[in-house]
Amino acid sequence: MKQKTKGIVLSQKEIAPDIYDMWIETSLAKEACAGQFVGVFPKDKSTLLPRPISICEIKEDKTALRLVYRIAGAGTAEFSKLCEKDTVELLGVLGNGFPLKEAEGKKVFLIGGGIGIPPMLQSAKDCDGDKQILLGYRDGQLFLKNDLEQYGTVYVATEDGSVGTKGNVMDAIAANNLKADVIFACGPMPMLRAIKKYAAEQGIKAYISLEEHMACGVGACLGCVVKTKEIDHHSHVNNARICTDGPVFDADDVEI
Amino acid sequence: MNTQIEIAGVTFKNPVMTASGTFGSGMEYSEFVDLNKLGAVVTKGVANVPWPGNPTPRVTEVYGGMLNAIGLQNPGIDVFMERDIPFLKKYDTKVIVNVCGKTVEDYVEVVERLADEPAVAMLEINVSCPNVKEGAIAFGQKACALYDITDELKKHAKQPIIMKLSPNVTDIAEMAKAAEAAGADALSLINTITGMKIDIHRRRFALANKTGGMSGPAIKPIAVRMVYQASHAVKIPVIGMGGIATADDAIEFMMAGASAISVGAMNFVNPYATSEIVDGIEAYMRQYKINDLKDIIGCVE
Ligand SMILES: Cc1cc2nc3c(=O)[nH]c(=O)nc-3n(C[C@H](O)[C@H](O)[C@H](O)COP(=O)(O)OP(=O)(O)OC[C@H]3O[C@@H](n4cnc5c(N)ncnc54)[C@H](O)[C@@H]3O)c2cc1C
Ligand SMILES: Cc1cc2nc3c(=O)[nH]c(=O)nc-3n(C[C@H](O)[C@H](O)[C@H](O)COP(=O)(O)O)c2cc1C
Ligand code: FES
Repeated sequence: MKQKTKGIVLSQKEIAPDIYDMWIETSLAKEACAGQFVGVFPKDKSTLLPRPISICEIKEDKTALRLVYRIAGAGTAEFSKLCEKDTVELLGVLGNGFPLKEAEGKKVFLIGGGIGIPPMLQSAKDCDGDKQILLGYRDGQLFLKNDLEQYGTVYVATEDGSVGTKGNVMDAIAANNLKADVIFACGPMPMLRAIKKYAAEQGIKAYISLEEHMACGVGACLGCVVKTKEIDHHSHVNNARICTDGPVFDADDVEI
Repeated sequence: MNTQIEIAGVTFKNPVMTASGTFGSGMEYSEFVDLNKLGAVVTKGVANVPWPGNPTPRVTEVYGGMLNAIGLQNPGIDVFMERDIPFLKKYDTKVIVNVCGKTVEDYVEVVERLADEPAVAMLEINVSCPNVKEGAIAFGQKACALYDITDELKKHAKQPIIMKLSPNVTDIAEMAKAAEAAGADALSLINTITGMKIDIHRRRFALANKTGGMSGPAIKPIAVRMVYQASHAVKIPVIGMGGIATADDAIEFMMAGASAISVGAMNFVNPYATSEIVDGIEAYMRQYKINDLKDIIGCVE
């Protein structure tokens, strides 16, 4: 059952410039799975809507969630000020999550680009395949890389070429001559488009996590849609709701 | 203690309704609130055929509220009758179907399709959506056009009709009178106020549609004023909305002249808002020893 509930901040630290890592104790952790997200409410009354933030990690005993986010505006700036024991209101758990079963016993790419990296951590923990983890960064600020290295072989691409392959995650795939049977990915739209194209060419499945501005987060307002190839069950006008039918889609099903 | 309200011969267990477009057909929020507790569920606008709506981004936050330009995406009346009506029938609440269209004929088609559906208590006619280019808003911004479409729909509707008014007009009282003169059974207002937001870092409009309808707490004083003006210009009941977040807000609208109220954008902020407002109204009645909620409607002259 979805709910709006209070969480308690357990810890928070800045892990790269403007990138924050926060653990929140919350009952939502019980039902959470990799690739889902929560709505985090700012307290300032001029900012009303929940901010969608992906679940980066779920505590082993299912009592807390880890969120890793970049300061992007008023809401995230406010979150970055939260300290241990502060309360924060959460809406969740939202969205569908990654279909990690599809990777069982297969060679898999887990791809994260920039602030799309966080959800790949819990995905890497829960995924049973032969994991090749591709991470795309702007520069040498390699947040979450150490965490991810525990769960598979990590390949890094940086835009400025300071670490790993110079360029993006697709360049890293080519440079390291990597192959996979299935892809899970989250990141900026140009990266997701490239992955959709790559998967189609290779004839493999890619599951990509999409982003759109949201209001309700629960499927009621129709604010967060993406064009779909087939008429979907809900809208009947080829518009799936990213907050409820997604955020993870079979790349083949969406027009991006 | 009586919280019942009557509008055009339909009795509602309480005055708390959901604002069209913010609550789907109740399915999504039924995880948060017991729909049986609500006076009515007002559905998302439905047209004769499916509408794809506008490109994204469709929503953006503004100070104390939000802008939306959904563009009345809806699956069309066929899917609505097959899926949404049977869902809503399971609940002991009144169902008000919000109807949209591009031409008078579009509206008539939907109104006729719903005519023999006993589960539908009333129809709310949306002639005030600022986000679709053709039709719709045009009917809501000229008194003579509003008169004509109301008059035509009254010939076809079996259920009482609520004309939903736009705040984007010079004289709301004139619009209210035109709808009443044409036979409208009730009015609802306000729909969203046309607004705009520019992302100064990207030098782009925040919404793909450039403009969007503003809703949320920041518009409440405008809505209260318009509900007051409209309800004092006509004899038919008025359903008030615009920024309602709490029972205090709901009571303020009723004192301004609203017989019932709807909760819109604040559902997104507090998914329990409708249910809490029902409880809050009862608490207010106990506090001030009000036996019949009707007594506060328009009590502030
Ligand atoms: C499913 C999903 C998962 C996400 N996961 C993460 C994550 O793990 N870490 C992270 O740093 N960011 C994530 N984002 C992006 C994050 O939601 C935005 O950066 C955040 O909402 C910005 O809020 P703000 O108040 O700081 O910015 P402002 O620009 O002040 O926000 C104004 C409004 O726009 C919305 N908004 C602004 N940017 C975005 C955006 N990119 N996507 C959606 N809404 C936006 C806000 O929610 C708010 O309603 C995710 C987005 C989605 C849709
Ligand atoms: C996302 C969204 C979608 C809406 N869709 C409709 C609609 O389909 N038909 C309609 O008549 N009004 C629609 N409205 C207007 C609301 O019903 C209401 O009149 C308005 O938002 C003011 O109330 P509020 O401030 O409580 O949101 C919509 C509003 C929002 C925020
Ligand atoms: S945010 Fe409202 S439908 Fe997705």
